[in-house]
Amino acid sequence: MTTVGTPVRRREDFRFLTGQGTYTDDIGRPRQLHAYILRSPHAHARITAIDTAAASGAPGVAAVYTGKDMAADGVGGLPCGWQVHSKDGSPMAEPAHPPLAVDRVRHVGDPVAVVIAETLEQAREAADLLNIDYAEEPAVVDPAEALKPGAPQVFAEAPGNLCYDWSLGDQAAVDAAIAKAARVIRLDLVNNRLIPNAMEPRAAIGEYDRATGDYTLYTTSQNPHVIRLLMGAFVLHIPEAKLRVVAPDVGGGFGSKIYHYAEEAIVTWAAGKLRRPVKWTAERSESFMSDAHGRDHVTHVELALDAQAKFLALKVSTVANMGAYLSTFAPAIPTYLYGTLLAGTYTTPAIYVETKAVFTHTVPVDAYRGAGRPEATFLLERIVDVAADELGIDPAELRRRNFIPADAYPYQTPVALQYDSGDYGATLELALKAADYAGFETRRRDAMEQGKLRGIGIATYIEACGIAPSAVVGSLGARAGLYESAAVRVHPSGSVSILTGSHSHGQGHETTFSQLVADRLGIPIESIEIVHGDTAKIPYGMGTYGSRSLAVGGSAIVKAMDKIVEKGRKIAAHLLEAAEADVEFKDGNFTVAGTDRAKSLAEVALTAYVPHNYPEDLEPGLDETSFYDPKNFTYPSGAHIAEIEIDPETGHATVVNFTASDDFGRIVNPMIVAGQVHGGVAQGIGQALLEGCVYDKETGQLLTGSYNDYTMPRAADLPNFALSINVTLCTHNPLGVKGCGEAGAIGAPAAVTNAVVDALKPLGVRHFDMPATPERLWRVIEQHRQPLAAD
Amino acid sequence: MEMTGEFRIPAPRQRVWEALNDPEMLRQAIPGCQTIEKTSDTEFTAKVVAKVGPVKATFGGKVTLSDLDPPKAYTISGEGSGGVAGFAKGSAKVHLDEDGEATVLRYEVQAHVGGKLAQIGSRLIDATSRKMAEEFFTHFAGVVAPEAAGSPAPAAAAGEAARGEETQVARAAIDPAAAGDQLAAGAAAAFGRLSPAVWVTGLTAVVALMLYYFTRTGGIR
Repeated sequence: MTTVGTPVRRREDFRFLTGQGTYTDDIGRPRQLHAYILRSPHAHARITAIDTAAASGAPGVAAVYTGKDMAADGVGGLPCGWQVHSKDGSPMAEPAHPPLAVDRVRHVGDPVAVVIAETLEQAREAADLLNIDYAEEPAVVDPAEALKPGAPQVFAEAPGNLCYDWSLGDQAAVDAAIAKAARVIRLDLVNNRLIPNAMEPRAAIGEYDRATGDYTLYTTSQNPHVIRLLMGAFVLHIPEAKLRVVAPDVGGGFGSKIYHYAEEAIVTWAAGKLRRPVKWTAERSESFMSDAHGRDHVTHVELALDAQAKFLALKVSTVANMGAYLSTFAPAIPTYLYGTLLAGTYTTPAIYVETKAVFTHTVPVDAYRGAGRPEATFLLERIVDVAADELGIDPAELRRRNFIPADAYPYQTPVALQYDSGDYGATLELALKAADYAGFETRRRDAMEQGKLRGIGIATYIEACGIAPSAVVGSLGARAGLYESAAVRVHPSGSVSILTGSHSHGQGHETTFSQLVADRLGIPIESIEIVHGDTAKIPYGMGTYGSRSLAVGGSAIVKAMDKIVEKGRKIAAHLLEAAEADVEFKDGNFTVAGTDRAKSLAEVALTAYVPHNYPEDLEPGLDETSFYDPKNFTYPSGAHIAEIEIDPETGHATVVNFTASDDFGRIVNPMIVAGQVHGGVAQGIGQALLEGCVYDKETGQLLTGSYNDYTMPRAADLPNFALSINVTLCTHNPLGVKGCGEAGAIGAPAAVTNAVVDALKPLGVRHFDMPATPERLWRVIEQHRQPLAAD
Repeated sequence: MEMTGEFRIPAPRQRVWEALNDPEMLRQAIPGCQTIEKTSDTEFTAKVVAKVGPVKATFGGKVTLSDLDPPKAYTISGEGSGGVAGFAKGSAKVHLDEDGEATVLRYEVQAHVGGKLAQIGSRLIDATSRKMAEEFFTHFAGVVAPEAAGSPAPAAAAGEAARGEETQVARAAIDPAAAGDQLAAGAAAAFGRLSPAVWVTGLTAVVALMLYYFTRTGGIR
């Protein structure tokens, strides 16, 4: 019986599609109070006075708390989970991040006070009675502006708004290569800022049990144990044994629900003070100004090539916006998840990257939609396309000339990573064929005759997923291990519970993991239960992000199942009166080799729990736990090709074809993989064509704070996707899997932007920063019409 | 947001000037204004309540007059806090020129809103402000020149709900002005091109109307 590799229907979809999922906001606790958080309307201001008297006396109000109340009670700041060091060896600036602002607000949406009342309406009405005096101060929102002399300062302890000035690679080698190169291509680009917009807004319920002293937090998190550790140890000082964190069904995150957010600490702390449960759910407009944002890079890149157009060196200088505070993993994103990826799929022998991370008066920026890797892919694939154009070489051919060859693995890049497997050339050829790349010029001419500008764009990508080898990331500043855990609990009648440290918030783990177990233990999927998201149930686990769940969490399940089979073999050998070495396990039965004498897993399990006839030195029970720490990252890769058509009269760009050829290693469930790619590509197209967070440069106000102004991709914005798979197995995890969750969001922005620039090529456009909205495209087309008319 | 404009009020300059400095007149002209108090020769405080559907916001505002050149010009600056809805603030340079029996008011407004108001409505501020300004000037003219305002004024249709009531108040509070029918017609025509002027109103009115707009459409959630 094999289910791996087949499109098993998602087991979780019944409850999701029938509205029976249990999300945090669906949970109501007895005697629950409701919290409303008042947020700063200013980008930067001193809080000169807070008068809570009127709000405190309003109907239904249980309490009003400010940052000073929390500080006076010993509540700590929100911790940062990754410490990056600057070039000169000094640690990054790491200013305090109180859950409620104390004395100063640093971005629009910075929480200032919380009102807790019997009903949400009462809390909100009372919040209107809070009298807060602000002394407004100048704000800076643009990362490049923030570094300039005289810019408004976000923190006194971060002079010049600099968080760190980091570098990686051999600068001397790169400078030497650039000096003697036949050609050097230079480009300045911006990676636009994104606002997450998970379908389910964030929510949190804190609860305190006076009888036991136990705290419980229900929260919309991708990693409940990480929240328990950070909030328990650093913020509220609650022993982990007395703090349970539950992340029930979670409606999407794509990174934005990794972090420990202020509201989690606020409701948990308040529940302890008031001895009643306290619930908070974000309004959609709150999500816009309090969920960690993504990207916001300003980059200069130089690519040196020899006379045969082989890449000699790459030099990258990036300014990355951290926002007003360091979110949980923010410092790692524009460094170790970015600089290390700059070899991409190419043999570039010398690479140097430097990143200045800066504070601004904006919402904190952290990992989202691929994080670091889309930024690396975007700049690489843009500069390769610009190089191809300036050298007069076909973009596909320039990539072929520089790919790491299929026989070069393991391949050591000049930026720390060692790729284990891949075949970029074959994957690209697959995509070129599927996209009918050869026939494109005909389609361009046909479009031209219709008055349309048509373009085609290629992007190849490499990701570092399966995050991550703990010792490696520890040496790079991570303050956590990044292994994963799993417990396999075989019940007396032979059904199985899998307790996983991974967290499913749309990825389909209940199905994928069940397939692994069904195949290995030879039991039907219906007999398998996947348990996740509750620190009171599962072993200590690190959660889901960075396309890690199958590669790391799945491997932990495999390791735990190996232990089950080993123990089961001992029990079966005893029952069958055979030597342990002669007992084989296959299709759910322990069999004495070469005979038909067998015991089923259920029989063995029953014996383990009713050990009347049992091996003398063996513990009863059939319940095993494993922790899997990966040996390396996994390296999914792929080639994406976008074909777009622009109406020059309106500036509207339509994606007419999108082809994705990916290498994710072994595929467990092709339907789920396709779904993950669809979602990622949709979000990648969103970044390329539609989405862009805008702050007012002078006032720091968030101008794209609702769906009036921030455009998420919808079905009508997307073509059907042509997907294909080219498998090379991961060499270092037991499943041979690489991960697929972020690939679409990594490849698509570069592919679509390359297509946009290709479409604009007849007008003489060399580069176009995302998003290619109709307005921005129309302006560029109008600016360049003159040369077109002259032709 | 920046806006400039002018309009003609069918009343003598001195009367217009006094009205612009009279809290009671301003209170009647500002839609939803609960209180407005003069705290010194150059300072007012104002409170406006807007309640629509489930959301009620109390906007507390502080208004300062500067660059005073009576009865010709002043700069009026205001700042209003709307609690959870955010804030609005701005200033208007106001010039009054005599034009026969009437007065031409010119203004340059700079304003911005913050917090949830900016987040949700930055794109709509200009149009909303214009609409609110019409409403304010309709009221204001009714206060300064009640007979003119009482005439048919098709171009000044905004804020119909509040107008009748407030005009009555205005008539009770103010002596009838000497403005004739011709002036009234001129005023009516002028109102069609109006925009926010005296920013006391601008602030509170913009805020109130936007609140109304967003709560009505459910957008504020």
